[in-house]
Parts: sequence; C-alpha cells; structure tokens
Amino acid sequence: MAEVGKTAHASKRQSKMRFLLEIFVTFFKVGAFTFGGGLAMLPLFEKEVIENKGWIQRQDILDIYAISQSLPGVIAVNSSTFIGYRLAGIPGAVAAIIGVTAPSLIVIVIIASFFSKFRENFYAAKALHGIRAAVTALIFLAAYRIGKGSLKSLGGVIVAAVAFGLTLFTDIHVIYIILAGGLGGILVSNIGRRGVGQ
Amino acid sequence: MIYLQMFWIFFRLGLFTVGGGYAMLPLIQAEISRYGWITGEEFVDMIAIAEMTPGAIGVNTATFVGFRQGGLFGSVLATAALTLPSLIVVVLVSKVLDRFQDHPTVEAILSGIRPVVAGLIASAALFIAQAAFINPAPSGSVVFNPTAFALALVSGVAVVKFKLHPITVMLGAGVLGLFIF
Repeated sequence: MAEVGKTAHASKRQSKMRFLLEIFVTFFKVGAFTFGGGLAMLPLFEKEVIENKGWIQRQDILDIYAISQSLPGVIAVNSSTFIGYRLAGIPGAVAAIIGVTAPSLIVIVIIASFFSKFRENFYAAKALHGIRAAVTALIFLAAYRIGKGSLKSLGGVIVAAVAFGLTLFTDIHVIYIILAGGLGGILVSNIGRRGVGQ
Repeated sequence: MIYLQMFWIFFRLGLFTVGGGYAMLPLIQAEISRYGWITGEEFVDMIAIAEMTPGAIGVNTATFVGFRQGGLFGSVLATAALTLPSLIVVVLVSKVLDRFQDHPTVEAILSGIRPVVAGLIASAALFIAQAAFINPAPSGSVVFNPTAFALALVSGVAVVKFKLHPITVMLGAGVLGLFIF
C-alpha cells in the first residue's frame, strides 16, 4: 500500500513538474517573439495562452493588462507573472518569469559579446524592418479582437476614444488615465445604484 | 561588491518604475551614468539593440548592463533583481484580487478601466504602425513606406485567411525584409 501511495505521489509531482515546464515553454515563446514594448506580446499571448492553451479568456486580457500596467515593473513580466501565479501558484509565477526573460538573456548575451558588429549589421536592420511590419498587423488584429469583445456599450466606446486621444495628444502619464477610468467606474456604478433605489 | 550594488539598483528600478520598460529607461540611464558603467553613446546603442531584439525592453536593457559589468552571472543577477519586485507585487495583488473579486467596488473599478485599456492598446498600436511605416528620409523629413505597409497587409491576410501562426508570419516577414528593403 505504501508503495502505491509513493508512486501516486511521485506521479503527481511529475505531472506538476510537467505543468511548470509547459508554463515555462509557453512564456519562452512569448518572450522570444515580443519585438518592441510590452504591447508587442499581445499577438503571442492571444495565440499561445488564450487560443492554444485556453489558460485565460480573451476578455480577461484587458484586466491583466490594466493591472500589469498600473503596477511597478516591466509590463510583459507582470502579465506573465499574473497568469503563471493563477495557473500554478508561486512556482507557476516563477516558471513564467524565467520563461519570458530567458530569450532576452540568451540573445542579449550573444549580442553583447559581439556588440559593435551587430550595431552596424545591415541585414539585421532589414529583417527587423520586415518583422516590424508584420508585428503592426498582428497588433492591430489583436486590438480589434479585444475591443470587439469588451466594448459593448456606447459609454465604453466613448471612454476608449477619450483614453486613445489623451495618450495620443497629451503628455498625461498612462497611470493617471487608468486611475481616472477606475474612479469613473466607481462613480457610474454608484449613480446607477442610487437611480435604482429611488 | 559590484554584484550587490547592481542587484540593489535593478531591484529598485523594478520596484519604483510604473509604466513598463520605456518608463525605466531614463532611470536606468541616471543610475548607470552615476556609476560610470556605460557612456551616453553606448546607452543609445544599447536601447537600439534592446528594441531590435526579442523580449521586453526593460529586461533586455538590464541584461545588457549586467553582462557588461559582471559577465553571464551579472546578466542573470540584473534580470533577477529587476523581476523580483514584479513577482512579489503581482502575487500580493493577485491574492487581494482573488479575495475581493466579486466585490461590487472592484467590479466597478475594473469596468471603468477596461475601456480605458482598450483605448491605450489602440494608441500603442498606432505608435508601432508609425515606427513601421513612416521612415526618416535623407533630406531630414519623413516618408511613408508603401512596401512596409503592403507587407503588413500580407501579414494580416496570412493570419486571418490562412490561419498561420504569428511566429511563422513574423519569421516570414523578417526573411522577406532581407530582400525587399
């Protein structure tokens, strides 16, 4: 009996290790194909974490992104940590962080060793130009799908348009715009509740 | 000693910068020039490389400085120091959120933030489009690059119509870029 218990325990631990490895590999892919800032990871997030693995719902990405952007730290790291923690606790969060940062470590260490040669690399610049064009299309598609799923009321569309305009035409820090959105949410829900009460 | 110093600097950067990697850059510059670790010109090159290579900008920059100062161990240390605050803060916030997820105030806050973030994503997409399609001309002005725009359209069709994986599309566009730009 003790033997059976031991094997069951061992296989449970093994399957947990396998799950952590799966988290690592998934976020490694996200890290390896994020060109540009935190938002450039959206297409990979969508494909790997939402569509392939089904780990989060498409509408949850806005909450995760909002929280990641409001907290200190790198946005891509924050969102990966968030999902990793939700999937498998602190070990999951650590697996996600290591996964999403490992490609940077590998690539940067190689490039830093050949710094001056890469800087003037004609071919790298050309390939990057092509990748950037593709990333633009991928991000627009991701933004469209997320917007379609989450902007269901006229009020929501107006708020999104105002936030869009503010980031484009003013120097207001993103964090204040997000905070204003949160305050607005509280105000609207209070007015709504009082209206129902009367 | 330098390792301890470096750990402390990047830990602080991870803990006190809100708004992602780009918000971190001025602070990184202030810190590393204070210690004389990297010259101004090197810093500009480093950002260019951080943008050109895969991964988050903040992580790439930290890895780079870490490698310059302390080799492979230095780069691992800088990255770990930068991401450790994220681990702590995100886990704490997740715990709070799990507990109050169904609280009406949390729901109200999130319902106000969601459309804002949708707007932010749209404007960030526009910034990236600008970097991809608008190129500096030799005369000092800027020109629209129709080839890049066409490549973006082809990439979009490849994903939507032919259901290609984003990774395949990015790699394909990179290879095409070698020939058409």
